[in-house]
Amino acid sequence: MSLTAGVELAAGERPESAGGGLYRDAFRRLRRSPTAIVGAALVLLFVFVAVFAPLLAPYSPTAVDLTDIRPGVFPGPSAEHPLGLDQLGRDELSRIIYGARYSLLIGVVSLSLGAAVGLTLGLLAGAFGGWVDSLVMRLVDIMLAVPSLLLAIGIAALLGPRLISVMIAIAVVNVPIFARLLRGSMLAQRRSDYALAARSLGVTRSRIVLQHVFPNSLAPVIVQGTLALATAIIEAAGLAFLGLGSPDPAIPEWGRMLAETNAFLASAPLLALWPGLAIVLSVMGFYLLGEALREALDPKLRR
Amino acid sequence: MTDPSAGPLTTTSVREAVPGQVRAEPLLKIRDLTVTFASRGRAAVRAVDGVNLDVAAGSTVGIVGESGSGKSVTSLAAMGLLGRRGVEIRGSVDFDGSDLLHMPEQELRAVRGREIAMIFQDPMSSLNPVLTVGRQITEILVRHRGLSGRQARDRAAELLQSVGIGDSLRRLKSFPHQLSGGMRQRVMIAMALACEPRLLIADEPTTALDVTISAQILELLRRLVADTQTALVLITHDLGVVAGLCDTVHVMYSGRIVESAPRRPLFADPRHPYTTGLLASVPRLDAPRGVPLLPIPGSPSDTLPWARGCAFSPRCTRQVDACLGAPPVLEPLALPSHLLRCVNPVPPRKHLG
Repeated sequence: MSLTAGVELAAGERPESAGGGLYRDAFRRLRRSPTAIVGAALVLLFVFVAVFAPLLAPYSPTAVDLTDIRPGVFPGPSAEHPLGLDQLGRDELSRIIYGARYSLLIGVVSLSLGAAVGLTLGLLAGAFGGWVDSLVMRLVDIMLAVPSLLLAIGIAALLGPRLISVMIAIAVVNVPIFARLLRGSMLAQRRSDYALAARSLGVTRSRIVLQHVFPNSLAPVIVQGTLALATAIIEAAGLAFLGLGSPDPAIPEWGRMLAETNAFLASAPLLALWPGLAIVLSVMGFYLLGEALREALDPKLRR
Repeated sequence: MTDPSAGPLTTTSVREAVPGQVRAEPLLKIRDLTVTFASRGRAAVRAVDGVNLDVAAGSTVGIVGESGSGKSVTSLAAMGLLGRRGVEIRGSVDFDGSDLLHMPEQELRAVRGREIAMIFQDPMSSLNPVLTVGRQITEILVRHRGLSGRQARDRAAELLQSVGIGDSLRRLKSFPHQLSGGMRQRVMIAMALACEPRLLIADEPTTALDVTISAQILELLRRLVADTQTALVLITHDLGVVAGLCDTVHVMYSGRIVESAPRRPLFADPRHPYTTGLLASVPRLDAPRGVPLLPIPGSPSDTLPWARGCAFSPRCTRQVDACLGAPPVLEPLALPSHLLRCVNPVPPRKHLG
C-alpha cells in the first residue's frame, strides 16, 4: 500500500476535475475567451434574428409603402422605418431581418451537404490509405483546380438560378476542403502514440480507425465547419450579387439587396450599407467563434 | 583479452555467439534481426543490424543504449509494428515456436495484447484522450478475452486495483488528462497485463516520469512480472533502471549488440568502452564528492558504418588501429555468458567499486 501512497497524493492535487474529455475541456476554455464570447454573441444574434424573423420584423418584407416614394427619392430612416425604405418602397429593416433567414438556410444546408460528402471522402482516404487515398485525393485535387466561383456559375447555369443551385454550388466548394482536412488529420493521428499502443495490444484496424483515430481527428473539422459557415454566407451573397441566386424578387437576400442598390448608390448610399453591415457582422461572428474554437481545441495549448 | 576457446574465426560470416543462452528453449528467440529503412532518394539506414536475442520465460532482459541505437526498432520490428513501406526486415523472430515476422497480420493481432504486450515511453500520449480509461481497458478484454459489459468492467477495475489505483470503479470513468503521469503509466501497465501475456516489452517505461514516480513504476513492474511469471524486456537508456531489475543486459550501439552479460558481471566488470562510458555518466550517491560525471564525447550520430570498423570508434577513448577496417565480432569472454564486441576492451577490474 505504501507503493500507492505517492500516486494517490499526486491525484489529490487535482481533486475531481469535473468529468468530460477533450470537448468539454475546450468548452471550458471557450467561456473564458473574449473572442469566443463576441463571436458567439454575434452568431446567436444572427441565428435568433433568422429564426424569429416574423416576430421581429415590423413589416412584411414584401409590403410596399408608396406614400413617400418617387423615382430617385428614397425616404431615409424615420420613426416608422428605422432603416428607411428601399427602391420599391419596402421596409429595409424587415428585409434585412428576413434576409438573415436565407443566409442561415443557405449556409447550413450547403455546409451540411458539403461536409457530409467531404468527410465521407476524407474518412475513406484516411482509413484505408493506399490506392483509395490516391484516388480520393486526385478527385479532390480536380475539384480544387476549378475556381469556386466558376464552379458555382456552372452549376447555377446547369440548374438555373435557384436557391438550391446556390446551395449545391457552395456545398461542392466545401467538399474538397473537408475531405483534405479530415484525411490529413487522420493521417497524423494514425501515427500517434496511442494508435501504436492500441495496435501493440492487438486492437483491430477498424476499431483503431473508428474508435481512436476518427474522434481525435474531428477538432480541426469543427473549426473548419464554423469558418465554412462564414465563407458560405459570403459566397451566397456573392452569387446573389452576380444574379445567380433565386430570381424571385420577393426573397430578401442580402447579396441581391446589395446588387439592387448598386444603381442608387449616389442618392441612397445607406441602402448599400445595411445589407453590407449585416453580411460583415454575421461573417465576423462565425470567424471569431471559429478562431476561438481553433485555439480552444489546439492540442498544443492543452493541459 | 577474448577467450581463445571461442574457436577460430575463419570467415566474417561466422555465426556470432548468441547472448543470454538459457537451459530450456527460450520464449522469444530473435536471430540475426536486421531492419533497414529506405526512402526514395536517400541513403538506406540500417537501424538494427544482425541482432540476436533470447528471452527465457519469466526472465527479465534489459536492452540499453542511447537514442538511435536501435533498441526500440528492435522491439517494434519483432512485434510487426513497423510500417510496410520503406522498411526491410530480415532475420527471424521466434515466439514460442511461431515465426512472428512471417505471420499473417490477422494472427499477429491475436498474439499482440494476449501473448505479447507493450508499454511505451510517454503515458501522456499513449492513451487516447477522448476515451475514458475504462473504455480503453475493457476494449482489450473484449477483444482478447471475449468478456462483455459488466464482466469486463469488473475485471478492468480489478486490474486498476492491481496496479495500485484505488477507488478503481470510479477511476474507470476518468479521462486520461484527469490522471497524473504515474497513474497513466499504471493504466498502460494494466492494459498491457490485462490478458496476462507471457511477454511484456516495456519501451522506456519511466523516461517521461519524475524520479520518485519512476521508482514506483519500476517496483510495480518488478512485482507484477514476478507474480505472473511474465517475461519482461526492458528497453532503456538508463543503466540505473536496469541495475535493479534485469537478469541479463544487452548494450546496443548503432544497431548492434556491443556487450551483453548477466547483470552482476556487467556492472562488476564492464568491458566495452561504451558500457563503461554509460556507467560513468550515471550519477551515483556513493561516489566520492567532487568527482565530475564523465559524458561520452561526441553524439550518437558520429558513427562509422559497421562494415568499416567499430561504429563506436569515432567517440571511443580507447580507439586503436585495429578498430578500423573490419567489423569487430561479438565473442564470449572467460565467462561464456559475457559477450563482447571490442578489439581493445577495458581491462577487467580487480575489485568491485
